Amino acid sequence: MDQFQVIDHCLMVKLPQELDHYQAGYFSREADSFLLRPEVCHVVFDFEDTEFMDSSGIGIIMGRYKKVAPLGGKIYAINVGKQVARILELSGMSRLVEVL
Amino acid sequence: MDRELRDEMKNEMELTFDAISSNEGLARVAVAAFVSRVNPTMEELSDVKTAVSEAVTNAIIHGYGNLEGYERRGRGVSAAGGVQAMEQGRGLPAAGEIRATEPGRHGKVRMQCRLEHGVLKVLIEDRGKGMEDVGKAMEPLYTTRPDLERSGMGFSFMEAFMDDLQVESAPGVGTIVRMQKKMTSGPWIPREE
Repeated sequence: MDQFQVIDHCLMVKLPQELDHYQAGYFSREADSFLLRPEVCHVVFDFEDTEFMDSSGIGIIMGRYKKVAPLGGKIYAINVGKQVARILELSGMSRLVEVL
Repeated sequence: MDRELRDEMKNEMELTFDAISSNEGLARVAVAAFVSRVNPTMEELSDVKTAVSEAVTNAIIHGYGNLEGYERRGRGVSAAGGVQAMEQGRGLPAAGEIRATEPGRHGKVRMQCRLEHGVLKVLIEDRGKGMEDVGKAMEPLYTTRPDLERSGMGFSFMEAFMDDLQVESAPGVGTIVRMQKKMTSGPWIPREE
């Protein structure tokens, strides 16, 4: 299960090549099970492999944001490609997510 | 390929598939392959794929209420819906036939693509439950399924990424989404003077 890793206080989530509704349920559920651990505060989404994302990806990010934000946690996005960047921009996600 | 020749090319495609989540990828790949002959830019290609993905996902999860692939994936059960369908002995329907969900049977999504004068037209149809209020459904951030973490951005993305979007729907009958987008040739295609 190297798609999920806890480093310091961050949950690192390595997202798949195609992030659609079909993939979304799995990543949301798994991420949430890691967020139950008391040491995990922030979530880092790694888009390195991701060539495609639709609104289902926004759902994953928003859902995790609602969970960590009340506890002062932050959401980060790394290795964001062009297509993903447009989706984040258009959906207003770039206000909730720190793109590194 | 010169621009005139490209503009003259007309092509049509139709694809009917089971309303299961794993077919979202199939629909994206099919439309991308179909439109690639007019050499769209990378951006146009991903715009079209995103819009199709949204429309097909809507048909599957809202139209037919089919959450099978979404719920099963990652739970140690084979996610290959098609294989499951075969194992359960479901036959293939007649070509072009789409029908509403019956117990033990998936509904069908029909995707029709047409390319003419460098314009891509896509129609995506389901015979699912339809919508009472299309205008409301199209509002940004409006979703009937917050439980599935649907962001309510589907129609907004279709509108943003395509040039034109029209939605017809009736409760109990189904939904038809029509989209179109003008393709400009990719910059790597030399244009003859």
